[in-house]
Amino acid sequence: MDGSVVSGAQGTHWVEVARLEDIPRLGSRVVATATGDIALFRTSEDIVFALDDHCPHKGGPLSQGIVHGQAVTCPLHNWVIDLNSGEAQAPDVGCVKRTPVQVQEGRVLLALRA
Amino acid sequence: MVRLLSATAAIRTHTRMNMLSPQRQRLVVIGNGMAGMRTVSELLARTPHRYDITVFGAEPHPNYDRIALSSVLAGEKTLDEIVINSRAWYEENKIRLITSDPVVAIDRVARTVTSSSGLVAPYDRLLLATGSKPLVPPLPGLTLPGVCTFRDIADVGQMIAASETHQRAVVIGGGLLGLEAAWGLRRRGMSVAVVHLMPTLMERQLDVAAGTLLQRDLDERGIAFFTNGQTEEITGTDHATGVKLADGREVPADIVVVAIGIRPNIDLARACGLEVNRGIVVGDDMATADADIYAVGECIEHRGQVFGLVLPIWEQAKVCAARLAGDEDAIYVTPPLSTKLKITGIDVFSAGALAAAAEEDEELIYQDKKRGTYRKLVLRDNRIVGTVLYGEVKDGPWYFQQMREGTDIEAIRDRLILGEAAASLTGTVDPTAKVAALADSAEICGCNGVCKGTITGKITELKLTTLDGVRAHTKASASCGSCTPLVEGLLALTAGVDAKAAGPRPMCKCTTHGHAFVRRAIVADGLKTIPKVMQHLGWLRPDGCHSCRPALNFYLLCAWPGEYVDDQQSRFVNERNHANIQKDGTYSVIPRMWGGQTNPTELRAIADVADKFGIPEMKVTGGQRIDLLGVKREDLPAVWADLNAAGMVSGHAYGKALRTVKTCVGSTWCRFGTQDSTSMGVALEKMTWGSWHPHKVKLAVSGCPRNCAEATIKDFGVIAVDSGWELHIGGNGGIHLRGTDLLCKVETPEEVLEYCGAFLQLYREEAYYLDRTAPYVERVGLDYVKAQVVQDAANRKALHARFLFAQGFAQFDPWAAGGHVANTFKTLVPAE
Repeated sequence: MDGSVVSGAQGTHWVEVARLEDIPRLGSRVVATATGDIALFRTSEDIVFALDDHCPHKGGPLSQGIVHGQAVTCPLHNWVIDLNSGEAQAPDVGCVKRTPVQVQEGRVLLALRA
Repeated sequence: MVRLLSATAAIRTHTRMNMLSPQRQRLVVIGNGMAGMRTVSELLARTPHRYDITVFGAEPHPNYDRIALSSVLAGEKTLDEIVINSRAWYEENKIRLITSDPVVAIDRVARTVTSSSGLVAPYDRLLLATGSKPLVPPLPGLTLPGVCTFRDIADVGQMIAASETHQRAVVIGGGLLGLEAAWGLRRRGMSVAVVHLMPTLMERQLDVAAGTLLQRDLDERGIAFFTNGQTEEITGTDHATGVKLADGREVPADIVVVAIGIRPNIDLARACGLEVNRGIVVGDDMATADADIYAVGECIEHRGQVFGLVLPIWEQAKVCAARLAGDEDAIYVTPPLSTKLKITGIDVFSAGALAAAAEEDEELIYQDKKRGTYRKLVLRDNRIVGTVLYGEVKDGPWYFQQMREGTDIEAIRDRLILGEAAASLTGTVDPTAKVAALADSAEICGCNGVCKGTITGKITELKLTTLDGVRAHTKASASCGSCTPLVEGLLALTAGVDAKAAGPRPMCKCTTHGHAFVRRAIVADGLKTIPKVMQHLGWLRPDGCHSCRPALNFYLLCAWPGEYVDDQQSRFVNERNHANIQKDGTYSVIPRMWGGQTNPTELRAIADVADKFGIPEMKVTGGQRIDLLGVKREDLPAVWADLNAAGMVSGHAYGKALRTVKTCVGSTWCRFGTQDSTSMGVALEKMTWGSWHPHKVKLAVSGCPRNCAEATIKDFGVIAVDSGWELHIGGNGGIHLRGTDLLCKVETPEEVLEYCGAFLQLYREEAYYLDRTAPYVERVGLDYVKAQVVQDAANRKALHARFLFAQGFAQFDPWAAGGHVANTFKTLVPAE
């Protein structure tokens, strides 16, 4: 096992993509992957979420939005996306794809397809 | 039997009084609370000189409004504001008040009471108003420090102290009392969980649907719920650490508030042999089995019923006072009751039956899930016997009145559920018109039982013009305050005054406070960080939202220049990335061109940057600058570096900030020009660049009244005339085009700078976030601005000085200073 690939399940690998401190609290960083940009969000309680960096409304970069509670507001038209479910807050309707993420000893790991 | 006893006692009392004191009988009141003192007030109003009155209170305070303790806990009222009878009132009425000294024994033979300090007071008549005690289940851990009830000022003091040093609270009890305690602690910044035995909240006042809505709304305000929760023990060894539920769930906490209900305080009555059951048993005359001893309030039981709401207790006080004053006909009948919840922004009304109970009962239900409103009426024989309203309660008093009066609703049945306006087919929803349509007998204030006729009568008689005046003279809206809009409507209707002292819109859903209140609190209370503001002002969501955080960040920046550390994560993307996000996620970059002037070196550098980074489009802006459109986020730091190298800085074209100073060429070139408008514009831009504002700010300077720089649709516009400079304020283009107002005329460029700095600082300090100068000037009025900036020279100089002081910290180029955050512009790549 090398430094980045921690474990594998169902064709995915846990890949280290950042250190926790690389992501500002209540902020975000973008990870470029084979399937497109993924936004990492860090809440005020240091919980990390990973969602496609693409608002279901008009494709705005969610990574550039304001993070509050466990939600992010898209910078283009203020859709609020729940980081847990990926769902847009009513009355807007839409869903963002989530990617499993975990933080181990300060390392942020994403479940990416091998 | 009661009557016979009463008559004998009256004769006996008379005989004794004639012997001992020719004028006055002695009335001793045990309990210095709302019920006892209300009875005394009513008695004094009827017969001021009949009794020598002695009052014993266990608490150290004069009589206060116990209902308003929730508001004190929530920080909405101070202790002083909830005092009903001050010590001066007792003195004026020659009442002997003994506080902090509870009565411990009653001797019915000697007709004396004895206090804990050994004081003995003889009585001819005795009034028991001992109130209630918190209901406390026998739980392990109850005596641990950190466990309290919610009953008196001492309890509230303990909770407030805990909220200042601790984070987590658990409230046991999801009824009226428990929820108000939970809300107060939440407002004080604690994270709060409520443990409730039943499946839904306030099940005695609300049906399942309304209880569920209530839980959802409180949940959104950050209160967690454990319903179906049977508390098994309070955990902890030397301090409470949480509660453990019977199903194994554990809820951690630093304080535990037990608020499951109250029980009548009957200890004294029982000890002296009076008839007690759940409460002290009284007849319709409010007398106990001993005809010289009366009882009122939460300590009594009348026809099998005990009391926790204030309205029937006021009625008891009235009847008891009448009896004490010698009126043998006064009879107490429990009035129909309605309930409201005192949680700011959550409206609940409940009266009578919660659901159809018999086969012939019917229910009318109306629900609007999106708006979160719900109403249910329970009907029997075409009459309303129950009402549950959630979210929209304006019609509560009207339904309640129809219920009490037994109105046959057959004719309006199809519109009944839509409320009074629809049912009476007036078609109007104006609240003043609504209150106008109420009958004089309609109850306005449920807490104090005040009807419309009483209020309008007092308004006319005493020429009242304020809400406080009405409160003082009628007690309407003086307790829980939920009828305030109706009382304001009556003031408008009767006295023609607009009493809407309330009504500032909350900043956003995270708070109940408006912008003005928050701005004042930041300065007055010395709040210097966003978390401090949120905790101090009881923010409902832990880190706010995209709407309030940028506003708070600006307010703090404006209030504490040089001290407050700008919170990048509370800035909108454009201000964080120092560029303007476009619909495809790329950015536009605009370097500053002072007064719209440029030169070949700058233009070459801009052209080189466009080539180097493959920038797809360039455009001249309305603010006399050049826009580079379609720059990728990752390229931003490098684009800035190249522009910086050519001597250019950020144009702040992306910010709630000073944008541009547009100029014409002025007297240097123009044959009509009267002054050097370009140099004036450059000087203004050099003074104002980098300043943050509630919204974008645009300036312009025209060299003559032909106004080629369009200065009269700018936030601050300057027009040169032969004799000096005209200063104009509050204009903008945009959706609502607004031409400027003329502020004044000045003679020198130095004055232009001073007036400009002063006006911008006034706007910075007073406007609400996202209001441009136009709505600001319209809100405060041109005369106000003139008074602050033109007429008061000292104030103008002070404002200008504050502006320059703040500029000392604001005038740095974010493009050049961006090195430390530049790495966040980089996209991460997974390690291979």
